[in-house]
Amino acid sequence: MIADDDEKWLAAATSAVKQNAFYMQRAIDSNNLKDALKFSAQMLGELRTSKLSPHKYYELYIRASDELRSLEMFFRDETARGCSIAELYELVQHAGNILPRLYLLCTIGSVYIKSKDVAAKDILKDLVEMCRAVQHPLRGLFLRSYLAQVTRDKLPSIGSELEGDTETHMDALEFVLQNFTEMNKLWVRMQHQGPTREKEKREKERNELRDLVGKNLHILGQLEGVDLVVYRDTVLPRILEQVVNCKDELAQCYLMDCIIQVFPDDFHLQTLDVLLGACPQLQPSVDIKTVLSGLMERLSNYAASSVEALPNFLQVDAFSKLNHAIGKVVEAQVDLPASASVTLYLFLLKFTLHVHSDRLDYVDQGFGIKPSEHGSCVSQLSATGKLCDDKASKQIVAFLSAPLEKFNDVVTILKLTNYPRVMEYLDHDTNKAMAIIIIQSILKNNTRIATADEVDALFELIKGLIKDFDGLTDNDEIDEEDFQEEQNSVARLVHFLYNDDPEEMSKIIFRIRKHILTGGPKRLPLTIPPLVLSALKLIRRMRGGDENPFGDDTSTPQKILQLLTETVEVLSDASASELALRLYLQCAQAANDCELETVAYEFFTKAYLLYEEEISDSKAQVTALRLIIGTLQRMRVFNVENRDILTHKATGYSVKLLKKPDQCRAVYECAHLYWAEEGENLKDGESTIVLCLKRAQKIADAVQKMANASRGASSTGSVSLYVELLNKYLYFLEKGNPQVTGETIQSLAELIRSETKKAESGAGTFITSTLRYMEFQRQQEDGGMSEKYQKIKMEWFE
Amino acid sequence: MVLVLALGDLHVPHRAADLPPKFKSMLVPGKIQHIICTGNLCIKEIHDYLKTICPDLHIVRGEFDEDARYPDTKTLTIGQFKLGLCHGHQVIPWGDLDSLAMLQRQLDVDILVTGHTHQFTAYKHEGGVVINPGSATGACSSINQDVNPSFVLMDIDGLRVVVYVYELIDGEVKVDKIDFKKASTSTSAP
Repeated sequence: MIADDDEKWLAAATSAVKQNAFYMQRAIDSNNLKDALKFSAQMLGELRTSKLSPHKYYELYIRASDELRSLEMFFRDETARGCSIAELYELVQHAGNILPRLYLLCTIGSVYIKSKDVAAKDILKDLVEMCRAVQHPLRGLFLRSYLAQVTRDKLPSIGSELEGDTETHMDALEFVLQNFTEMNKLWVRMQHQGPTREKEKREKERNELRDLVGKNLHILGQLEGVDLVVYRDTVLPRILEQVVNCKDELAQCYLMDCIIQVFPDDFHLQTLDVLLGACPQLQPSVDIKTVLSGLMERLSNYAASSVEALPNFLQVDAFSKLNHAIGKVVEAQVDLPASASVTLYLFLLKFTLHVHSDRLDYVDQGFGIKPSEHGSCVSQLSATGKLCDDKASKQIVAFLSAPLEKFNDVVTILKLTNYPRVMEYLDHDTNKAMAIIIIQSILKNNTRIATADEVDALFELIKGLIKDFDGLTDNDEIDEEDFQEEQNSVARLVHFLYNDDPEEMSKIIFRIRKHILTGGPKRLPLTIPPLVLSALKLIRRMRGGDENPFGDDTSTPQKILQLLTETVEVLSDASASELALRLYLQCAQAANDCELETVAYEFFTKAYLLYEEEISDSKAQVTALRLIIGTLQRMRVFNVENRDILTHKATGYSVKLLKKPDQCRAVYECAHLYWAEEGENLKDGESTIVLCLKRAQKIADAVQKMANASRGASSTGSVSLYVELLNKYLYFLEKGNPQVTGETIQSLAELIRSETKKAESGAGTFITSTLRYMEFQRQQEDGGMSEKYQKIKMEWFE
Repeated sequence: MVLVLALGDLHVPHRAADLPPKFKSMLVPGKIQHIICTGNLCIKEIHDYLKTICPDLHIVRGEFDEDARYPDTKTLTIGQFKLGLCHGHQVIPWGDLDSLAMLQRQLDVDILVTGHTHQFTAYKHEGGVVINPGSATGACSSINQDVNPSFVLMDIDGLRVVVYVYELIDGEVKVDKIDFKKASTSTSAP
């Protein structure tokens, strides 16, 4: 296998290197220059191999170059001892083969430079030119790498001891640039070696070697004297020239990234034009977005870490340049998929949010991507104008979420005019998901949407949730639970649409209603209740507010209640009758609190009609009737007549309930409707109460009869009715109803006793606790209560 | 020491978006042994949320609850105490102490927990203790518009129950406590 062979050859070469190194070391120790040179040349000969993969060659190279260090030291010692460096320089050139010769030359050359006998720049020039003799890509790369490594600390720089009159950092610069250029050429040449089918393997190997080339840029970055001017005028143009001209995708990608990472951010800012100008000139297959995104990310971080630099961004107009550059790239690369171009704009947006977060106009511009302008590059738009590329969709969601996360304030988002347009590109499901993200941002950040116009803008963004898309009723596809959760999110949202000013709040209510009503029967039962209840809150606030409710047409309680009537009506059409009934009752209570008698009556009428016509389930009827009675009991706004009609109706419903026990209970609850607190208008309340209770008792009697007849039926159940009645009598006794006498209660108590005796299961805890209560009241020190109770003869107390 | 959380009348999403964040951060799973809920959640998401705080959840039906299967009343025994649970819209007049006392006698419980008024109350009468934990979200009711979010935590220890009420007033959580003791011989013997 090739891999095994590779190992074998490496092992062989390594041992040869070790062996020669050993002899070389021995020669060095005995100051034997000739032998040292001989064995070092032999050692370096192993590097002439073509058999090793780049990875293995690297290992060999490391070994060999390591050993060369002691040789370098030896050369230095020799020159210190008086040996002429120029002579040494000549001597090494006698080595038989070119590669060892050049390695030795580089080694001695670095010592030569340090000696300052000759101008450093001359030696450097010499070396960098001579290395041209090795054109084999792999060997050449490592050789030049060695050259760079060994000269690194000897490069002339300003203020260093090496600088002579004629030398400047420009010479060092020139040397590094040239070495870099040659190395890149070699590196690129590797791509074309060997058969096409091994292309992938070669690319992988090239990737392993890339840092050798990149190292040069690092050296450039660290050279003193490379300031902005030098960078702009010499360094960058030269590097870019090589990058563009080499026409190699791998190299271009890596080197662009290298440039961005190695050189300081303010250099990039000031040379933005040049850098960006190179981008369209790169090979079409180069992943431009990674390059540009790397650049934008660095600049964003730069802006974040040094506030003083921010004005520079504006000064060089970084945003426009980047925007323009992206535009050009998208134009030039016709085959760019939608997701790629969106990603570019996403990075620009993130940049803008970091650097120019106060410039909403920039952010808005960033949203102005109009894929349709770039024609075929966004060929993935479906017939409905929506993106059908999943990846692009995901990017657009990230795009739309970025400002949300940055500002944490949906109100700011609402100001971006282009935002809704971008949402249009999303397919149905993604659009809804995005709408949910927006709502969640509001809920999490407690954002208040305080004007009617903002409400409109918001509902425009979330319209995917509010109504069905044109022509599409996807009711079958969507999961029921998901749908409910969605609509509940919209419902929760309503509580954040709020303004303290009643007039503006009124407008808001009207607008919300307008949008919600487009939702269709499935959505309304979930979205109408919060609207109604929010409106009722407003109404109660208005009641407590200023003296002029007629200031604006829309903002009177009546107008709003009228609106609510119409709104709840829609619900009863949508077969949510029980809910509609409850909402009517809520509205009635609000009307009561505003002293609007007619309106309250109207709501009760609607509730009653619903009860009669729509609520047919017995259990539902029981609950609905309870709510009606409970609400009516609290109404204070009705005149005697109206109250009477409504009460009469309620009692009528009570006796028509299906199950007798339910009838009994409903009737005795109606008794409370006749009880007047002080100063109320009730017609003969007191006697009617007793009539009610007696009527209830009759029903209880009927229940008892049935139970007794069918032996063994839960007889404690019907006795319970009697005990409940007893408790109700006690209630009215305590309230001071003169019609409730001790005799009435006594006879009822007797009845209970006889019935419980008949039943097998005994007394039951209800009667026990009631009797205990009665005894307790009797014992009260407060004379009034005990007096009342003493009227009841309780000899039969068990 | 048994901790029982009593809360209700959240009215999510009809009247409130969610529990106050300060309450949510206090209601940590694993600390509470039972939850009794007076109803009007109103949606399943709240039911699920309560279940994460404590799996032993007892709940009765409020008039706006989405789930129609919750019972109208419920009784349970915790330690030495019998507790009764009822939303309260069934008791007429709403919020009337005497009518509530009648329900308490009927259910034969030491502690009656009820809601509907969105007003915290805790008092003792002849038949036992009545507790109304108010509205956990501060939702307004037709009976009471100025509502501070509140809930109750009961610490049941032998014959004694300490009722802690937590109220969110002007953004701060305020706590108050009330002690109740039960006589060792009671009509509601186990």
